[in-house]
Amino acid sequence: MKIHEYQGKELFREAGIRVPDGQVARSPEEAAQAFEALGGSLAVIKAQVHAGGRGKGTFVEHPDQRGVQLVRSADEAAEAARRMLGNHLVTVQTGPEGAVVHQVLVEAGCEIDRELYLGVVLDRAVARPVLMACSEGGVEIEKIAEETPEKIYREHFHPVPGLASFQVRKLCKKLGISGPAARDADQFMKRLCRLYATKDCSLVEINPLVITKAGEVMALDAKINFDDNALMRHPEIKEMRDLSEEDPAEVRAANAGLSYVKLDGNIGCLVNGAGLAMATMDIIKYYGGEPANFLDVGGGATTEQVVEAFHIILSDPNVKAILVNIFGGIARCTTIAEAIIEASKQVGIKVPLVVRLEGTLVEEGKKMLAESGLPMITADDLADAAQKVVAAVQQSASA
Amino acid sequence: MSILIHKETRVLTQGITGSAGEFHTRGCLEYGTQMVGGVTPGKGGQTCCSLPVFDTVEEAVRETGADASMIFVPPAFAADAILEAIDAGIRVIAAITEGIPVMDMVEVYRQARSSDCTLIGPNCPGLITPGQCKIGIMPGYIHTPGKVGIISRSGTLTYEAVWQTSQIGLGQSTCVGLGGDPIVGTSYIDLLKLFEADPQTEAILMIGEIGGTAEEEAAQFVREHVTKPVAAFIAGRTAPPGKRMGHAGAIISGGKGTAAEKIAALEAAGVVVAPTPAHMGQAVQEALAKAA
Repeated sequence: MKIHEYQGKELFREAGIRVPDGQVARSPEEAAQAFEALGGSLAVIKAQVHAGGRGKGTFVEHPDQRGVQLVRSADEAAEAARRMLGNHLVTVQTGPEGAVVHQVLVEAGCEIDRELYLGVVLDRAVARPVLMACSEGGVEIEKIAEETPEKIYREHFHPVPGLASFQVRKLCKKLGISGPAARDADQFMKRLCRLYATKDCSLVEINPLVITKAGEVMALDAKINFDDNALMRHPEIKEMRDLSEEDPAEVRAANAGLSYVKLDGNIGCLVNGAGLAMATMDIIKYYGGEPANFLDVGGGATTEQVVEAFHIILSDPNVKAILVNIFGGIARCTTIAEAIIEASKQVGIKVPLVVRLEGTLVEEGKKMLAESGLPMITADDLADAAQKVVAAVQQSASA
Repeated sequence: MSILIHKETRVLTQGITGSAGEFHTRGCLEYGTQMVGGVTPGKGGQTCCSLPVFDTVEEAVRETGADASMIFVPPAFAADAILEAIDAGIRVIAAITEGIPVMDMVEVYRQARSSDCTLIGPNCPGLITPGQCKIGIMPGYIHTPGKVGIISRSGTLTYEAVWQTSQIGLGQSTCVGLGGDPIVGTSYIDLLKLFEADPQTEAILMIGEIGGTAEEEAAQFVREHVTKPVAAFIAGRTAPPGKRMGHAGAIISGGKGTAAEKIAALEAAGVVVAPTPAHMGQAVQEALAKAA
């Protein structure tokens, strides 16, 4: 799960990790008031969307407006907020349609001495979290990792006891941080790692981390992602979820216990198991088709879940054919057959349907489908199924 | 021969009185696995599937001589259940549970790796030595005793591979599902070592997916240490970056973990990579032919 920058900064504040003073505004008036309340001569207005690259992003409605802007008066703050709120911000991560901005963060400016990068992720290769630091802040860390990986310094830690002081000293030495800032960094980095572990994060990223002219270490940005599997023990974080940032079909699927990811093609896929679902997309592409989605109905799928899966696939207007690929293990082929029959009663499947069943109770499942008299194309194996569904789409396109 | 489990393996189910635990314990019994008991805290003294239920794994091991465990405990308590099995000296632990928080697995992984046990999973279908012992949720009938060792991060995609190798008459020595989570107890390399040393295994099939670098590390190991023919398939060539494809571990992040990188690494190590999931059996045949 992702949260907004302003929510991330609230968590930082609670954890004793220094961030600039700031307020959230949902209207130009609120932005002006926030500017006044901060009491400075300078503030930054930051569009709040989950996507990164906001500083370089521009608005569909105002092509000259960026997603982050410096302002010097309450009027300028209101004007910047007016141009952002309710409009679509396009960044490298949003796609061309952009993301709607529902709130902005109005934040006090600060005097920056240096910008750096700090991030915490899981290092899967050693099965432990790792704190990553880079002396170049405000840049694309993926690019640095690719081109000059030696500029990224790493310290692994265990959730308990956490990062040690000597590890901070090692990092500071490499980053060229000394004096009061190095002492400040000790608490800052240790608290950041503790936050990552105690809140079950999957990513915490500060880009840029700054050292102010006063020698304080401060987070100018806050990007936090959480481990979905751990949300059960963090109700306070679950409440921060912003459904308007998520694809409605993906939310609907998640509520039904299905795993769905929308893609750009026209062949809807209904599969059991994540690996097989990915492989089914791959084989469609191999035979010249384009998958419209990833959809895993899971191991113990019920008839209701599979019917819901059909609803979700058919809610995508691009879908011109559906491939059902089931290798029944725990899931029984009869459940799937029943669901196909039920779904066609409920929603009416008007696009070609190719069905490949294998595994537990396969003969009974095939028999149910045959006796239903529903129009469908049956396939004997995976390659056969993929070729048939691609052919069905091509035929309907030329018809 | 086989790896990890065989007909003498004595198996417990942790979480036996839950619906999934009971259902799959029955499935394993029907397959012929030596199921010897179950554990559910607070239900010691009862019976389930005609097997004795114990309060603790320690007690269950003492009373039944179990040396393997299959875990169906719900996600919030599963890490604790795995640690209990490690503590009790269980030799092979298959954690089937899906949805264990990653942070819990950091400590579980550390303890598992510093003990003598082999932890398979979590979020996996389990493991099976066809005709001898099934510990997990896979449909038994698709397997045939034979010569291919199968290692996979996926569940149903493994069934597909098993089915194909059964149909072309190769059969399987042992099949292991590593699990779809970011942290799992056993790696491809751990099992490549075991299959390389197992006389029954004549070829190895690795099934991988996007995310992480486990397949690349395995490719390096194959190049340096594996003499047997190896075939592979990688799922997720068409997966978009930044999107979790069902498994928590199947995500391309920061441009890393793509299928293309994994396939290139495997091919460079001499592994025959199947172009589609329908060609996994054929890829094993090709790898065997190449070595002959």
